[in-house]
Amino acid sequence: MQGRWSRVVRTPLGLTATVFVVALLALACLGPVLWGADADVVDTDNILAAPSGEHWAGTDNLGRDILLRVLVACRLSMLLALMAIVLAVVVGLLLGAAPFVLGRRTGRLVTAAVNIAVAFPGILLALFFAVVFGAGATGAVMAIGLAGAPAFARLTQTLVAGIAARDYIAAARMAGVGRVRILFRHVLPNIAEPLVVNATIGAGNALLSFAGLSFLGLGVQSPSYDWGRLLYDGIAAIYVNAAAALTPGAAVLVAGLAFNLFGESVAKGLGVSVGVGLRTVATTRAVVAAEPEAAAHDDEDVPEPSSDVVLDVRDLEVTFPGPAGPVRLVRGVSFEVRRGEAVGIVGESGSGKSMTALAITRLVADHGRVDATRLDLLGTDLLAPDTAVRRRMLGTSLAMVFQDPMTSFNPTRRIGAQLAEVATHHQGMTRREATARAVDRLTAVRIPDAATRVRQYPHEFSGGMRQRAMIGMGLMGKPSLIVADEPTTALDVTVQQQVLDLLTAIREADDVALVLISHDVTVVGEVCDRVMVMYAGRVVEDLPAADLATAARHPYTRALVEAVPDMATDLTRPLATIPGRPVSPADAPVGCAYADRCPLADARCRAEDPPLVADSGRHRVACWHAGEPLPPVRMTDDLVETVESL
Amino acid sequence: MAMSLTAESPTAGPAVPGERPWARFALRRLGRLLVSLWVLVTASFAMIHLIPGDPVRGALGPTAPVELVEARRHALGLDDPLATQYLHYLKGLFTGDLGTSISSQLPVSDVVAQRLPATLSLAVLAFLGAVLVAIPLGVVMGVLTRRGHGRRTELAFTTTSVFVATVPDFLIGVALIYVFGIRLGWFPVAGDETASAYVLPVFSLAIGPAAILARIVRVEMVGVLEADFVRTARAKRLPARTVYLGHALPNAVTAALTLGGLLLGAMVAGTVLVENVFAWPGLGSTIVQSILTKDYPVVQAIVLVYGVGVLVTNLVVDVALAVLDPRSKIRED
Amino acid sequence: MSELRFDDVTVRYGKATAVDGVSLTVPEGEVVGLVGESGSGKSTLARAAVGLAPLSGGRITLGGAPVPTRGRPRPLQMVFQDPYSSLDPRMTVGESVTEAMPPGGTRAERRAEVERLLELVHLDPACAGNVPSRLSGGQRQRVAFARALAARPRVVIADEITSALDVSVQGAVLNLVRELQRDLGLTILFISHNLAVVRYVASHVAVMRDGRIVEQGPAERVLTEPAHDYTRELLAAVPGRSTPRSQR
Repeated sequence: MQGRWSRVVRTPLGLTATVFVVALLALACLGPVLWGADADVVDTDNILAAPSGEHWAGTDNLGRDILLRVLVACRLSMLLALMAIVLAVVVGLLLGAAPFVLGRRTGRLVTAAVNIAVAFPGILLALFFAVVFGAGATGAVMAIGLAGAPAFARLTQTLVAGIAARDYIAAARMAGVGRVRILFRHVLPNIAEPLVVNATIGAGNALLSFAGLSFLGLGVQSPSYDWGRLLYDGIAAIYVNAAAALTPGAAVLVAGLAFNLFGESVAKGLGVSVGVGLRTVATTRAVVAAEPEAAAHDDEDVPEPSSDVVLDVRDLEVTFPGPAGPVRLVRGVSFEVRRGEAVGIVGESGSGKSMTALAITRLVADHGRVDATRLDLLGTDLLAPDTAVRRRMLGTSLAMVFQDPMTSFNPTRRIGAQLAEVATHHQGMTRREATARAVDRLTAVRIPDAATRVRQYPHEFSGGMRQRAMIGMGLMGKPSLIVADEPTTALDVTVQQQVLDLLTAIREADDVALVLISHDVTVVGEVCDRVMVMYAGRVVEDLPAADLATAARHPYTRALVEAVPDMATDLTRPLATIPGRPVSPADAPVGCAYADRCPLADARCRAEDPPLVADSGRHRVACWHAGEPLPPVRMTDDLVETVESL
Repeated sequence: MAMSLTAESPTAGPAVPGERPWARFALRRLGRLLVSLWVLVTASFAMIHLIPGDPVRGALGPTAPVELVEARRHALGLDDPLATQYLHYLKGLFTGDLGTSISSQLPVSDVVAQRLPATLSLAVLAFLGAVLVAIPLGVVMGVLTRRGHGRRTELAFTTTSVFVATVPDFLIGVALIYVFGIRLGWFPVAGDETASAYVLPVFSLAIGPAAILARIVRVEMVGVLEADFVRTARAKRLPARTVYLGHALPNAVTAALTLGGLLLGAMVAGTVLVENVFAWPGLGSTIVQSILTKDYPVVQAIVLVYGVGVLVTNLVVDVALAVLDPRSKIRED
Repeated sequence: MSELRFDDVTVRYGKATAVDGVSLTVPEGEVVGLVGESGSGKSTLARAAVGLAPLSGGRITLGGAPVPTRGRPRPLQMVFQDPYSSLDPRMTVGESVTEAMPPGGTRAERRAEVERLLELVHLDPACAGNVPSRLSGGQRQRVAFARALAARPRVVIADEITSALDVSVQGAVLNLVRELQRDLGLTILFISHNLAVVRYVASHVAVMRDGRIVEQGPAERVLTEPAHDYTRELLAAVPGRSTPRSQR
């Protein structure tokens, strides 16, 4: 907590805002004490004087010093703003939390009322209440406070609803904890931060609104004065002494800005710490490693790949800037994919498998850096700078299928148009030809009534249908390679089967190569010829899919296969478990990244990272103890897990 | 990461194409408009009754003779039962009869009709100005400051826009009067007689909302550029222009309008302060005068007009959204 | 008696019927697996049982009496799918578990009980002082189990508890489910979309589709000799069952 707040002060903007807020608070306390009497001294010889050495901002129509009055008015201005914001927050909290406490039906009524009130701007509400409560300081506090309440109610409602949907609220309700108690124990503490931040910003706005009301003559009345009142008086004399209007105006502005910026900096300071570390050091431009020396080096060492190689990847590295320096998410991956071959990449979250997929298709976000000694698709160097020719080549011969069919289509455009643009951009078709092709391709991926479907929007398709349409989009050209990144993870099992069948059928019909990325060993084993297992950004084993269950040699691969139950798993034995948690590539140790979780690990494993070596045919493995027998599966009873300190 | 999306998330499941989404949208939106209108009308009616004490006595002052107060009360119908008054009020609204001004004795509808055009032209110009400046600016800034780019630009833009958005419109007005009216003498500082008289008021009214809207558009644009469907567009190897304008822009603008729509409605009411700064002969100056002189029928009517203005603006924004984003039609409130 | 019975249960949301006349019995001391795809209504059925979804028809009874959905004790507890949303980020593990305990007992007794429960789910009792952000997904799921057990439930409903976990840790959670059933005789309704997972933990299986149960019976029988077409379809779709598709 302490650290997060001190981060706010450490930014230049945050520091400035904090200094100003503190200074204003001090002025509010001391101003009237120091200058209260002097500010009321009437000097009839010096009416409406221009700024001078004696009166820095001139005098008003009674000859009183404007600057002193502005300094003294700080207390009243801030006090009124504070009262108004407290009123707004209290009423807003009550209204905002009411739906949670009152339950469905009554709650809905409150929500609807707040929604209607929120649609009316604050100034209108303030005028309404100013009429009801009359002109004057009290009326203005009520007016601005009540006018601000709907916005806070709405904010609170949104925040409360967000927390209420969480399972820990359901768990507390199931345990018999009352709603009010849940509100105070679980909900409010979790929404306190955004509320406080918004209240701070709200205080700045209340200050400005007060000035507005007083400026209209509806706020503080003489002989009391706040900044708005001074402004109101000053405007009347703006032709004689502009400083009479500009000084209180500047004061209002500085105070309003100080509170707003303070709130914003706090919001930003707290927001940034919520785990978006990558965002903070995101300045490195994508550097494409197209240096000629790399290419030359290639020619010497590596034999020309046989002509049926579709994709050739050597020493692929993907690096992203991180809070503590660059993080290598993919650490030296090499493989090739031949015509019509299906290669699976398996791994857990953070293994680098999806990043590998993005890197080989040149879709890594542009603050990430991709390096390789070779990255060739159909003989074209993908590390070379992007050109129109290459775009056309990639657009027609490389197809991509992403994990989430719900979000991977543009929700505001028709499916047909999204397919057709591939053909209009890359194949020179007219819009009509392209649409006809889209219908044809949708039919090819077994979407019934495609001629009607092309005119529909993505949200009118079911998940499975969208994923098939995505595959159809890849087939607009004549792909030689399909890269599918978790294409079925978001789908139901029966739909998953249809999508996998479709991919297989396409592959067989046109000899298309497939790279299938999945966390599911069984899916990959079923669809692919060859499986690469990734761990912490490296390939640890590359083996024929048929060997997965019987001839895997890396202890991680073996554990992965055994840990996942299938329809033939022995029910009398506990499942294999892997202790600890997957290593993030950022924390990859010097030696083998799997050593900490491996039952075979010894001193060498921890000191030296084993290279990926081919042992027989195309079976590659990176382990110093490849193929050694594993100790029998441990019972979970012996396995009390400790939480590693972070 | 990979496995979190399986099975039964409540949003999953086949999307059922709605039957005639436009008709359903129109029906629902109309229902909401009518409820809001009713609330507005009732609130404006209730306003006069919420005032502590006798509003007529308050308006005429403590020295006015009792007979005059009684006569005026009767003329305003304030001695009828509340329900009768309410029905009268509703009937009056339908027939265009908004009552009589206490101070000028003119029909309130005449006052409104005379003052409305000035306010309307100010609000519409400011609205257009804000939208036309904010959206392109936000989009360009979004592209320049997308993830991993333009950190300095982002800081400069964010700081400037926060600053501009924080300065209230009436203070901007005062500053503009001082600089361009008094010091430089380029523009008139009061009234609406000439075209150049519009410059300063429209600018003061539009710049704050424009800054906020541009910020929202930028944030949405940056977010949309990270979205899966933009990655899909890049995977199709479309030219950058198509990716930004064809795929990212419509989504960023719809998201921004969803958030910023209320802001535009607020501009309608923002005219109140700006009109008072520039002595603009519109509803804003009139309502403040009327509040100070306790001319409640006029106040009631103008609050009503402003409220309707806000509701209409919100309606326009929602219809624009429905056109831009097919999903927003089926989305519940 | 801790038999959980659903009798002709119906749940409607507006016009949509999420659960349509479901009858299902979870016998005491058994693990019953409830299988279905998204939208089948299996999670809604679970939420109805613990009072988180309104019942439009039918009865849910526990040992012959209606399931209490007010006050304490609550003999029916649930473990949720998403380990990242099921624990209050501001509460320590110990506080979360303590909150679910029946009232009463001294502070020391409660602390001892927390330690006992954490050991039961194979977590180091020392982690009681940690906040959830320091725990992995699998560890959080075990804390969620400890919290459910803290309420001394007679039946626990586990709703897709492994589907958000990495494969290497889901095994540990599945082993835990079996162990709790075996060692404590716990009655469990185990909901999952994954047939292989259900097969591993459940003795009975019910298959749900479009709000109805299309088939139920002993796991062995349902998974080897399915009677309903949909069950057969589901079984055929389990990856890794058919021969590899590749042609090479």
